[in-house]
Amino acid sequence: MSTATTVGPARTRRADRPARRQDGPTPLMAVPALAFFGFFAIVPLFGVLALSFMSWDGLGDMTFAGLDNWQRTLANPTTHNAMRLTLMVTVATWLIQTPISLLLGVFMAGHQKYRALLGVLYFLPLLFSATAVAIAFRALLDPNFGMGQALGLPFLAQDWIGRPDLALYVVLFVIAWIFVPFHSLLYQGGARQIPASMYEAATLDGAGRVKQFFHITLPQLKYTIITSSTLMIVGSLTYFDLVFVLTGGGPGFATRILPLDMYLTGFRAHDMGGAAVSGVILITVGLTVAILLNRLSGAHKMESQMEGI
Amino acid sequence: MNFTKRAGAAALALSMVGILAACAGGARADAAPSIWTVGGGSEPMVRASLIDWNESNPDKYIEHEVIANDVFKERIRIALGSDTPPTIFHNWSGGPLREYVENNQVVDISAAAADLIDRVIPSVAANGIIDGNVYAVPYVQAAPVMFFYNREVFDAAGVSPPTTFTELLEAVDALQDVGVIPISLAAGSRWPLLMWIQYLSDRIGGPEVFNAVLDGEEGAWSHPAMVEALTRIQELVDRGAFGDAFGSVMADQQADTALVANGNAAMILQGAWAFPNMLGSSPEFVESGYLGWFAFPEVEGGVGDVRNVVGNPSDFLSVSAASTPEEIEVAEAFIAQNVLNDDRIEDLLSIGAIPPIQGIRDRIVGRPHDDFMLWKYDLVLNAPHFQLSWDQALDGARAQALLDNLSQLFLSQITPQDFATTMDALQ
Repeated sequence: MSTATTVGPARTRRADRPARRQDGPTPLMAVPALAFFGFFAIVPLFGVLALSFMSWDGLGDMTFAGLDNWQRTLANPTTHNAMRLTLMVTVATWLIQTPISLLLGVFMAGHQKYRALLGVLYFLPLLFSATAVAIAFRALLDPNFGMGQALGLPFLAQDWIGRPDLALYVVLFVIAWIFVPFHSLLYQGGARQIPASMYEAATLDGAGRVKQFFHITLPQLKYTIITSSTLMIVGSLTYFDLVFVLTGGGPGFATRILPLDMYLTGFRAHDMGGAAVSGVILITVGLTVAILLNRLSGAHKMESQMEGI
Repeated sequence: MNFTKRAGAAALALSMVGILAACAGGARADAAPSIWTVGGGSEPMVRASLIDWNESNPDKYIEHEVIANDVFKERIRIALGSDTPPTIFHNWSGGPLREYVENNQVVDISAAAADLIDRVIPSVAANGIIDGNVYAVPYVQAAPVMFFYNREVFDAAGVSPPTTFTELLEAVDALQDVGVIPISLAAGSRWPLLMWIQYLSDRIGGPEVFNAVLDGEEGAWSHPAMVEALTRIQELVDRGAFGDAFGSVMADQQADTALVANGNAAMILQGAWAFPNMLGSSPEFVESGYLGWFAFPEVEGGVGDVRNVVGNPSDFLSVSAASTPEEIEVAEAFIAQNVLNDDRIEDLLSIGAIPPIQGIRDRIVGRPHDDFMLWKYDLVLNAPHFQLSWDQALDGARAQALLDNLSQLFLSQITPQDFATTMDALQ
């Protein structure tokens, strides 16, 4: 005991600088990560901002265009349509996925064996690449060779991704199919953190399952809901691969959301300036929403919900 | 603590290795001339030809990279824009080639390609020649667009291959009566839509109609022949010529040709590549002689030559101006000695493809499916004008708008007049 106490302070004294008083590794260790982040995220960010004031076709010389790209892009009906669709996708994604993920997650949090098995099955879509999922759904939904024909169900043999009035719903469905497992996983983790004693107390007080869900589970999952919603909303602003492969933005402009519009403008129509404007808008909206969500919900304070336990 | 420190050092070391590897990669690419070609139909042939070249010319070694078709345009544009292009690169001629020439990014290869250009069918060679100088040479097969049809389905409906647009409309009605989709159309892939406007505008008004668009003339899209062609398209759509579920049919999975092969649809307007595709996926259908073909019919009252064809005249190779003189020398030797030489012509013929070379009729006779090969060869050989696909011929901005608007036209979301007005605004 006495040796231990003498050795301890001796070590601290040898490295007796105020900075070393903190716990954890030295901040120097963050340098590689920060360097990567700065080089591959922050620098391009300013590059995109600068590009939005330039006129460039990707081949010739860049010329300064002033506010030209901004005026043109903000007045373009295709961009308006893309913004409207992106807003719709964001709102619909949240409305569809949150209740499903929440219920599935809480269900999977139970420790019964069959629930663990179902949990593994629900989790599967998350393992597939978005491109593969899009190709698979395109084949399944094909009116001539898809499941409508295979199963002999005429209702399923609709021209799902070929009709402008149906395509967006198909996109929303497939997005939900891919991402619900992820959010369910978040809620499962969240629900398992809730102490069993709370439910025991509630049961003793005569609260039923539904009451327990609304008065214990839901409030306890507050921060999980915020995390999941932030990921969902910011994620909907960047859906690209899935929609690109599934519909290519078509038919017509029916599923041409803003990230896709940005890609097509930049790399297909060779209007890098116009595409950069869309990029800046997406970044600004995404960051603003993420910060607002965090502030409004009070999550940045991250106060404990376990007081009194 | 000790562990995290070591992990941090490892990460740092790894990143250094990554950077070093990236530098080494760049250095290696500089050492030898390089060539980029696209993956797809002729890829095995092109691969073999490069291996052959490198074995017989070890002093003129060329590094070969194959890039997937869909991403090729973006990749080459980024490489050219950042001054790191390969020495020789694939392109489809047309608008992008014109841009490369305007930006001095490709070199004039007239001298090295003189012999080759003499042998190539003129309507094909014309695509790589700008202001009298050769900037690109064809290196694979010509792929004209034509109608393919299911003979069994045509017989069942009592229909024979139409030679006029009116006959085509009659055939559409008769085929609908027997309950098949008259014409299979991969509208989901969008580019097959182009074939219709290309052929119709050519048959109605001749190649001049689109040449005016290429030249950037004001109001070129409002040309009466263009508007009539657009109107004819909607006439076909309204008649149900393409069925009611063409919007999600994709050409890259060959769903469009499969519909014809299995008898759900009667005919299809597609590139010559549809033949080997169907031979691969439905051999019994092709081998038993149920697959027929015919040229795009004439449109009554039209002034265009019915022998004109549209499609891909060929794929082309250009030499980048950012190369060193030594690299350009190797590239010119490759073009003069290897591109479409006797061996390459044989390679193409042996896979049933048609090299865009004059005077090879005798070499086609006696090969498998030589009836189709000869018909296809004559179609290209006799064509006064071979129109490159419009999306390749135009610059990116107009090509993109064209596909968008054409897609809406086929969906009946806009009228021919809307189409013309929107496209004219971009001229």
